Parts: sequence; C-alpha cells; structure tokens
Amino acid sequence: MKKKVWLLAIGLTAVVLAPSCKPKGAQSAISGDAASKVYVAPGDHDEFYNIVSGGFNGQMSVVGLPSGRVLKILPVFSVNPENGWGYSEESKPMLNTSHGFVPWDDLHHIAISTTNAEHDARWAFGNANNTPRIARVDLTTFKTVEIIEIPNSAGNHSSPFITQNTEYVVAGTRFSVPVGDKSDVSIDSYKENFKGYISFIGVEPKTGEMNLSFQIEAPPFNFDLARAGKNKSHGWFFFSTYNTEMAHTLLEVNASQKDKDFIMAINWKKAEEYVKAGKGTKKKANYVHNKWHEETHTATSTMKEDVLVLDPTILKDIVYFIPCPKSPHGTDTDPTGEYIVGSGKLAAVIPVFSFTKMLAAIEKKDFEGDINGMPVLKYESVLHGEVVKPGLGPLHTEFDGKGFAYTSMFVSSEIVKWNIETLEVVDRVPTYYSVGHLSIPGGPTGKPHGKYMVAYNKITKDRYLPTGPELVHSAQLYDISGEKMQLLLDFPTIGEPHYAESFPASLIKDRQVKFYPIEKNMHPYVLKGIKDARVERKGNQIHVYMTSIRSNFRPDNIEGVNVGDEVYFHVTNLEQDWDVPHGFAIKGANTAELLIMPGETATLKWVPDRVGVFPFYCTDFCSALHQEMQGYLRVSPKGVNMPLKFSTGDVE
Amino acid sequence: MILLVALLIIPAYFTPLWQISLWAPQYPEGLNMKIWIDHLSGNVDQINGVNHYIGMRHIGDEMFPEFSFLIYIIGALIALGIIAFLIGKRWSLYAFFGLMMLFGLAVLADMYQWGYKYGHNLDPKAAIKVEGMSYQPPLIGYKELLNFLAYSGPDTGSWILMGGVGLLIVAIIRDRFDKTVIN
Repeated sequence: MKKKVWLLAIGLTAVVLAPSCKPKGAQSAISGDAASKVYVAPGDHDEFYNIVSGGFNGQMSVVGLPSGRVLKILPVFSVNPENGWGYSEESKPMLNTSHGFVPWDDLHHIAISTTNAEHDARWAFGNANNTPRIARVDLTTFKTVEIIEIPNSAGNHSSPFITQNTEYVVAGTRFSVPVGDKSDVSIDSYKENFKGYISFIGVEPKTGEMNLSFQIEAPPFNFDLARAGKNKSHGWFFFSTYNTEMAHTLLEVNASQKDKDFIMAINWKKAEEYVKAGKGTKKKANYVHNKWHEETHTATSTMKEDVLVLDPTILKDIVYFIPCPKSPHGTDTDPTGEYIVGSGKLAAVIPVFSFTKMLAAIEKKDFEGDINGMPVLKYESVLHGEVVKPGLGPLHTEFDGKGFAYTSMFVSSEIVKWNIETLEVVDRVPTYYSVGHLSIPGGPTGKPHGKYMVAYNKITKDRYLPTGPELVHSAQLYDISGEKMQLLLDFPTIGEPHYAESFPASLIKDRQVKFYPIEKNMHPYVLKGIKDARVERKGNQIHVYMTSIRSNFRPDNIEGVNVGDEVYFHVTNLEQDWDVPHGFAIKGANTAELLIMPGETATLKWVPDRVGVFPFYCTDFCSALHQEMQGYLRVSPKGVNMPLKFSTGDVE
Repeated sequence: MILLVALLIIPAYFTPLWQISLWAPQYPEGLNMKIWIDHLSGNVDQINGVNHYIGMRHIGDEMFPEFSFLIYIIGALIALGIIAFLIGKRWSLYAFFGLMMLFGLAVLADMYQWGYKYGHNLDPKAAIKVEGMSYQPPLIGYKELLNFLAYSGPDTGSWILMGGVGLLIVAIIRDRFDKTVIN
C-alpha cells in the first residue's frame, strides 16, 4: 500500500516537471498585480500623454499611459478623410511639396519640445522619411501647424531630433544623393558625386516657426539616427552613420564589411559662429515651407529658393568622427550629457563614449586619421567602456534618470537594463516580438520620469486574435520603478510605431483650446452669424456662405447651380462650446467630408457632374436633432440660365 | 450702522445679484448664468442653444427691462440710507429697514414673474414638445427639468444685501435693548 502511494507520487511529480524541462517561455512573464497598475477608472485621466509615430500611416497617435488607450489619430503627412485633412481647400497647401501635392509619407520619429533639456511639451515634431520634411504639431490644438521640406536630402531618417532648448531640429539624410547641377550622374560615381547633407532647422523660441538655417555637406554615408548633446554636452550633436563603405548596391552585404562605422559629432555652436561670420555658401535649392494660420483657419505654401551650406572640409573644427562598431543604429546621450551610447546593430558589445574624453582627445589631436580633412578620433581614447554580452541586435537606448540605461535588442527580442557607470547588465525582459524603439517618459531628456517604459514591436504573430495576413503592431508597457522590470500591459497600436515620447499630462492638459472664438475668425469666407448666409456666383464659381449650428444649415435650399460649376461650400461652425463639431458632406463629391470645429470655417469644393437634386447633411452626431440637419442643392443642365435661389426655413 | 448698511449696497454694482445653473449628463461641468445689476454673463449662449429645442425664448439683456432702471433704484436706496443715517432717528431706521425688505420682496416677485414667463411662454413650433411640461426655473433651490437639473439662487451681491438687512435687524434689536435699559 505504502509503496503504491510512493510510486503514484513519483509519477505525478514527473508529470508536473516534464513540461518545465522546456526553457521558460514568453507566456509566463506576467506577474503580480499588473492589472491594477494600468487600470484607469472610468472618468479618470491617464498620467502621461504618449505621442507615438504612425510609421507608414504618416500620422501620429496620441495614447494615454498607463492605460494604453488611443485618444486621437493626428494627421500629419497623410491625408485623413475622417476630418478632411488634405481634402479641404484650407488644408491642401499643408501637403504641398516641391514635387506637388503628396498625400502620404512615412513618419518615424517624434521630438517633444524642451527647455533646459526638460520637456515643455509646447510642440511635437515629426519627420517625413520618404519625401523629406519636418512637421510641427501644436500641442494645445493637436494640429499640424507647420511643415518644412528638406532639400538635398533623401530618406529623412536621422530626424527630427532637437537641441536642449529646441534651438534646432535636425534632418540627416539616410540616402546620400547627388545635388545641384551635378544631379544627373552615373550611380557608380557614388564616391565622387554623392553627398550626405545634414540640415539644421532653426526654431523661433516663441512661435515655434521653423526656418532652414544651414546645411552641412558631409561625406556620402548613410545617416541613421541622432541625438543632441545636453547639459554638459550642450552645443554638440551626434549622428550615427552606416555604409561608411560608401556602397551603392546590395548594401545588406556591401555596407556591412567594416568593423567600425562612425558616430559623427558636430559642434553646432561652432557651426553657428561660422554662419554668423558669413562662412557659408548660398546654394540653389527648391523646397516648400507650409504654414497653418489659426486666425484664417487656412494654410499657405511658399516656395523657397536657396539654402546656406557649410563645407566641413574647409571649416575644420565642426565635424569629428568617433569609430563605432558595426553599423550603429541609435546614438543616445544620457541625462547628464556625459555619455554617448552607440548601438551597433550587428555588434557584440554596446560602446559607451565619454564626452569629457572626446573633448580631451580633440584638444590633444589624438586622431587615428581623417576623412577629407575631418578628424577621426581614436576609439580607445573616447571610450568610457563597453557593455559586454548585452544581447543581440542593440538598436536604441533610453534612460530612467537613476543611473540606468535600457537598450532594445531587436534580434534577441528583449530589453536590457544596465548601469551606465559600471556597464553591468542588471536585468532583462522579453518583448513580443522584435522590439524596435523603446520609450520612457522624459527618457531622452535631462529629466526622465522613469516610471514606465514602452517597447514598440515589429512582429506580433500569435499575440492577439488573428486578422488575416496583415497583423497589428504592438506595444508593451513595463513598470521600471523597481529593481526588476515588470511587464504590465500588451496593447495593439495604430500604423507602424517607430519612436514615441511621453510626458506628464499636467504639462498641457489645462492649456487645451476648446473652441475658436468666432470674433477672431479672419477666414475670407467667414460668417459671424446666421444673417449673412448666402450664395454668390462669380463666372462658373459658386460660393456658398453657409453656417452650421445645432441643428441646421443656412442656407439649406439652393437652386441655380449648373452641371460643371465649381461649387465652394464655405461652412462656418457658429458653435462656441467645447466638443460640438459639425460635419458636412454632399452626395457624389469626389473628396472627403469636412469636420469643422466650433468657431472654424472650412471649405469643400464640389463640381456637380449631373443634373438632379443633391442632398447634403451633417456627419457628426451633434444633437438630438442631428438627423434633421440636412439640405438640398438643385443642379440644372449646363447652359440653362437658372437664377440663384437660396433659403432656410421659409415654407409657403 | 445705517451708514455701513448703505455703503454695503454699493458692491451690488460690481457683483452678480442672482445665478442660475444647469447640469446635465452632457454638461458635467454645468452651465452657469449670472444676473448682474444691468447685464447678464456666463454661458448664456450655450443655455440659449440648448433651450431652443423646447422653444424657450432667447435670453438676452433686452429680456430684462429691469436692467435700465435697477441702477437708479439701488442708487436711491443708498441715498436714502445715507439720509436715514443723517436723520439718525428711530423712525428713519425702521423706514429704511422697511424699504430694504420691500426691495428684497420686489426682486423675488420680479424673478418669479420672469421665471414664470420664461418657462411657460414657449414657441408653438418648438422641436421638442412635452405634454403639460413647462420649464419655469426654480425661484430658489433645485428643480429637475427634463435631462437638466436647474438651480437658482442669490449670488454674491444679494448675499451682501441680505447681510445688510441682517445688520439692520441687529440695529433694531440693539435699539430696543437700549430702550428697555434707558426706561
């Protein structure tokens, strides 16, 4: 009897132990009271705003942390039929480029404005990767208010990183290209004819208005990412480079040959001095500058014609190269500004460079060579140390302000926490799967908040309910307040997030614009009240001066329009209350609806293609009588002389 | 003390006398209208926007003819108060007290008749008509009107005026007390 019990016990133990012979998998990572840490009760607000790049959707997502709830999709470089961005007559100029209207781009990185290396969260900057541009978003209206095109650039990946007082936002070209008169050249003349331009865009401290201050003509490398120096290294900028082999075909192999590429250090304060001293050369370059004007609720697009270029082969003390192992991707500076972390994506170590040592090496001319006269520093002279065996495929590093760094590992799909001073790895957590960027609230600034960390992943596979071949990208939220990182939440994202930044909601929550005062509306077709609602004809153009207020359009009966006329509906939303937008759509229009904020005027252009009576209606459920908010427009054949007629509410 | 009361009336020019507030599920922050001696302030436009569905009249300064003469009445009250002080007789105290009470009652009566008219005088073409429903705001206190909870009550100016009347009562009691002592 006793023997039997023993046998049974051994058998059961074997059964229990058998599955645990397989190494611990990802599924077991969640523990403790994770749910309560991300639970934001109904009606409560999140602690942080998380501004997330949309990648190939060309937009930004606004997410609350720690809940992971999506609060808004904010259109930047891509049209957004949902609110008429890129479709309304007012917003079309925002997407104009030197190539004409471009309806899409690929937005990779976010930079939240800072003062003294701390978030002030006045603006969010985003980069257009494909047709190089930088956008500025106003965080009181969550609207894209400015877009500047970057000439002489292709693949604006090393962008839009900012200096500690938002003096400059930079744009390093990923593709080097031939520029100016020498554009039509053979691709295999790469080394002679291609250039790698680095752009410094000045930001006006009060208004935020951008202006391409100067460009630096660098060697034809691929510029990948960048970070400004801060605090003690304020005045410097660090760009990671790859393809220093200068290959122009099969880069996968040909750009991975060298043991070390470079981190390019730019002394931008010095460059600024050279600009002031008139050492730059004005060169021809066409690029547009688009601005949104809040007072007219309209964008303008202006073509610029030249740019100031600095030549670092002549101005010798603005560019230095720091050797960095194997095609570095991220280059990140710690909160003190002393350490520069290069993440060689094919390297076995993470090198950490010392700013103090770099200055000393420059002082002592401790160079191992030069590139066209630009000094290459000695690796060992600048190195603080290497993080050994961190994981595979290091990409990006953020900081918690408590002396630790967190590096994302794409290949080994994990995040590794290490001590900046001692370079010891202290913790690692898995991500699901293949993490790209990671983000800590305030992580790239001089004052990280260090409470949470978000991983942005490229692959989700089995993590959510499957949706056919195209799967959602994901994010994981970790609690990093303790010694060990703790997984709290796993949530799907919009588009393909690359970089994101987070900041305390209290910075901007109480500064939100609730509506636009109607008396300040300077739109040329604004109506300040219902009295002047009317229709005017100018040749084949029909201008409808229309008002919308709960719940009617004025005028709502229109006749006297002919097939082929250009009809412009200038709709003013007369509401002066928060959260009462009105929409406008008309049957058969080859464009998107308008979504008009209270106190705003927006214009929909419509060219009727056939005879008939066309209904229009409000698309945003505005009140109990929203479904009554509608009207009719009669279209008569071309050439029939129908007098213009318009009315509201007159019943015979 | 009468002088003090007379001077206490002065802030009535600079503070709202009455307030009406509305809350609804869609307006958790509330809509608030303040009635001053000669104008309205607060979310008047929003209240009008909401009320047009049930056919209530558009509230505006022109709806209150009182605004044109209230400033003179208040001015007269102050002047009479100062005169009562200068006379310094018992009857002048009583007369001023009576006048203030009369004024207070008149204001309440006036508010009531305005509220009655505003709440009952509805546009027959209103989009939302509820059989037998009228929307007279409460004179003082809370009242539920469809999806709204309405509050009406005195505001800063009126509280100061009432404080003034309170002081007058104190003055009268003190006067009586003194009388019994003297006699």
